[in-house]
Order: sequence, then structure tokens, then C-alpha cells
Amino acid sequence: MKMSKFFAWLAIAVGITYFFVPLAGTFEFSLRMRRAEYSFDAYGSVFSDVQFQQTFGFSMLMALFTIVFGMLLVVPTAYWVRLRLPQMRPFVEFVTLMPLVIPAIVIVFGYLRLYNSASYIPFTGSLLGTNILLVMSYITLSLPYMYRSVDTAMRTIDVRTLTEAAEILGAKWPTILFKCIFPNVMSGVLSGAFITFAIVIGEFTMAALLNRPAFGPYLQLVGANKAYEPSALAIIAFAITWLSMGLIQLVSRFGKLTQSRP
Amino acid sequence: MSSASSPLIDRRTIIDWLGITPFLIFALMFLIVPTLYLVSGAFFNAEGQFTFQNIADLFTPTIMSAYWISIKVSLASSLGGALIGFFLAWAIVLGGLPSWIRSGLLTFSGVASNFAGVPLAFAFIATLGRTGLVTVLLRDWFGFNLYSTGFNLLSFFGLTITYMFFQIPLMVLILTPALDGLKKEWREASEILGASNWQYWRMIGLPILWPSLLGTSLLLFANAFGAIATAYALTGASLNIVPILLYAQIRGDVLHNPNLGYALALGMIVITGLSNVLYIWLRMRAERWQK
Repeated sequence: MKMSKFFAWLAIAVGITYFFVPLAGTFEFSLRMRRAEYSFDAYGSVFSDVQFQQTFGFSMLMALFTIVFGMLLVVPTAYWVRLRLPQMRPFVEFVTLMPLVIPAIVIVFGYLRLYNSASYIPFTGSLLGTNILLVMSYITLSLPYMYRSVDTAMRTIDVRTLTEAAEILGAKWPTILFKCIFPNVMSGVLSGAFITFAIVIGEFTMAALLNRPAFGPYLQLVGANKAYEPSALAIIAFAITWLSMGLIQLVSRFGKLTQSRP
Repeated sequence: MSSASSPLIDRRTIIDWLGITPFLIFALMFLIVPTLYLVSGAFFNAEGQFTFQNIADLFTPTIMSAYWISIKVSLASSLGGALIGFFLAWAIVLGGLPSWIRSGLLTFSGVASNFAGVPLAFAFIATLGRTGLVTVLLRDWFGFNLYSTGFNLLSFFGLTITYMFFQIPLMVLILTPALDGLKKEWREASEILGASNWQYWRMIGLPILWPSLLGTSLLLFANAFGAIATAYALTGASLNIVPILLYAQIRGDVLHNPNLGYALALGMIVITGLSNVLYIWLRMRAERWQK
């Protein structure tokens, strides 16, 4: 038994070394901008860059649209499949998992060929169209995570009884959906939203190939042209990911508390 | 079920299907049709005639070497990730460590498995690049020049080590519940019957775990195979892996044949598709023990 405990600590030590060293290395590197002393100059340089502000703002906006429209698509579908079309469940689940199977670069390749300016639906012909296509591509990318978190939350509530109760009280379907179902799966919606945010904010492939000024391509550009700012950006990106995951844990803990209430 | 004669039920059926129409339209427009378009395009030439020439053209040295490097990187990072991830999961589940280590590692894994793309490349450049922390410390403290050993971050080995940063956490996250499913009674029973630790793992532990282990490794493989942002930010276009080749093809038709680009995409779908199908099949086998 002593032996296994030793190996357990050894495994943890190896793991911590592997994960901690790159983070420490990045942080140290990001402080090196001023010669002979550590400073936060690289962070100052990043935050004062107009392009940083613009691309980050653009990606935030795209993430917001992705979350709103993605949830408007996913929640009613998951609700409807549970209520009326349980026989379609395996199919819908399969479709929502497809973006994990087909690489993002292949999906966007298809978009570019199918929706170019010479096609029947010329999404990429206009700026607005390209932005819409970008949001749609982000919804596709985050579909597995959104559907899963919403469906898990829906499992804990009795969709059928809730719907019947609302119908008996005379509610129309928008009322049922937005006043009964959405609030009850809020923990799932929120955790899906945060993971979507974490995926979308630094996404590179879609934005780069659709030529949109998003945060991911900006990161790549800075990486190719500057020395210390990339490390500062990596630390900022890690903090954003950490924040999103922390919020998910908080939300799911909060969700459990409200469910256990009698 | 004999609904055809009754108009009332017919209307209900129509409404039922209307409910998931938005989802079906979305899936068709942004997932299924674009993919099928590429897949079918791989079997036609520029004049629109059916052909297998594009598939045959994949077997030229440049494209084959791209697939080969991609497969090697994905395989190495998934096996390395699986091995280290397994030992980490084992340590927190069965190693008798304090419980805060378990929750800490799981939380960190949730973060690190989502920390990929361009920033991950930056982190490794700042650590193992030519002026990175580890490179500099090895030189100043031990007089050891990492780059004189032939090590290069912008290579097969460097990419593998970088990919493992999100592969290991993913393995930990998926394998921890599987290890939790190993019942104490099985271990006690085998010990009472006189089995050694090694015999327990060889005859009970690993046979139960292998679908999870192998399945998750396949998932990690597909995960690494489709990834582009990290590799692109790390190596620019200098490392010839499939996603980067496809990226260059989309940007500027470097293969001088659009339909060959479709075939390249088809090859990626086939490889990630196969590993995912196997993963799902193995996962169903594995879940029998987790109930």
C-alpha cells in the first residue's frame, strides 16, 4: 500500500510539473518586456492596442449572438424531442455530436464552397451575410456542448407534467417555453453558454477562413509579429478560460441547490 | 398507430414534426449539406465527370507525408496523453491521496482541456522556445543547450508535447468515472483468492478498463487530428500536416486542383469518423460496468 501511495504522489508530481511549467514560463516571459527588470509592460501594451479592443469586442459580440441564437435553437428542440418525439432522440443526439467528428476546417471549407457569392444563398457576398455565417459556424461548433448541458438539465425536471399544468392554466406555447421551460433549465443554459463563450472567444479557424476580424486571428497575427505580447495574451486567454469554467461550476452548484428545494 | 385514416392525429403528427423543423433546417444547411458537398465533390473532376482520380491523387508523396505526419503526431499525443492521463486518474481515484488533490486536478483538467488553439502555442514558445524559460534555465544553471541536442519545438516532437497539454486533461476527465466504477469488492475478492496486485490489474482491472482506455485514446486521436490553430500558430506553415495543407489549399489552391482539396477533406472525415465510431462502440461496451 505504501508503494502505491508513492507512485500516486509521483504521478501527481509529474502532472503538476508538466502543467505548471508552461504556465509559469509564459507568465515569466510576459514580464520580461522591460530590460533587466520584471514589469507588466506587455500587458499594458496589449490592453492599449486598439486592434485588441476591436477584435476582442467583435468576438464578444459574436459569442453573445452565438449563445442567444444557439439557445433559441437548442432549448425548444431538446424540449420538443423530450415531449413529442422521443423516437427522434438518437437521431438528434447523433446530429449534435457530428461537429466533434467533422473537423472545423472541413465544415468551414464546405461553407466557403456552398455559400460563396456566386451561389444561390450568397452568405459570403456581403459583410452581414459573412457575420451571420460566422455565428452559424460557431453555433455548429458549440452544438455538442449546448445540447448536452441543456438536455442534462431537462432530465431533472418533468417536462410533461410542467407542460400539462401550464396548459390547464391556459398558457399558450410561448408562455410555456419562456416562462416554464427556460427558467427551469437555466443552470444548463448558463453552463452551455459559458463553455460556448470559452470556445468562441479565441476561435481561429472559422474566423480566419471567413476573413472576419475576430480575436483568434488577431492572436495569431500578434504571435507572428511581436515578442512579449503573445505571452501576455496567453495568460489573459488562460484567465478567461478559467473564469468560464469557474462560472460553470458555480452555476451547476447553484442549480443543484435549487433542485433539492422541496 | 393506424393514424392514416384519422385527420385529427394527422394534424398532430404534422405539428410534432414542425417542432424540430428549425433544428433540421439548421443541421442540413450548416452541417450535413456542406459536408456532403465536399464528399461528393471528391468524386468529380473539374469538368463535372465522375472519377476516382482525386482519391488516387491523394497517394502522392506530398499529401501522403502530410497524412503520415498528422497520424504520427495524433497517435503519439493520444498515446502519451492516455498513459499520463491514466496514471493521474489512477492516482486521484485509487492512490489514497487527500481529496483536495482530486477536486483540484479535476477542476484544472476542465480548464486545461479547453485551453487550446493559438494561446497554447504561445505558452509553449515562451517555455520551450529558443528564449523560453526552460531553455534559458537549462542553459544558465546546468550549461545544457537544449537546442544543440536537435530538439526543436517546431517539429513533430514539439507539436506532440504541446498537444498533450489538452490531451492529458481530457483523458483524466473521461477516465476518472471509469476508475470510480471499479468496485472495491472485486479487489477484495481477488485478494482473498490470493491474487497479487499485478494479477488483479492484469486479469480484472485492465480487462474492465480497456474499452474506456482504448476508446478515449481514439477520441484523443481524432481530437488532435482535426486541430489546426495550435499547429498553425506554433509552426506557421512550415510543418506539413493535413489541416495546415487543407488550410493552404482553401486559401490559395496550392494543389492546383479544387477537387483534390475535397478529397483531402474527405480523407480527414474518414479518419476522424472511423476513430469516433470506434470510440462510441467501445464506450457502449465500457458503460456496462459503470452502472
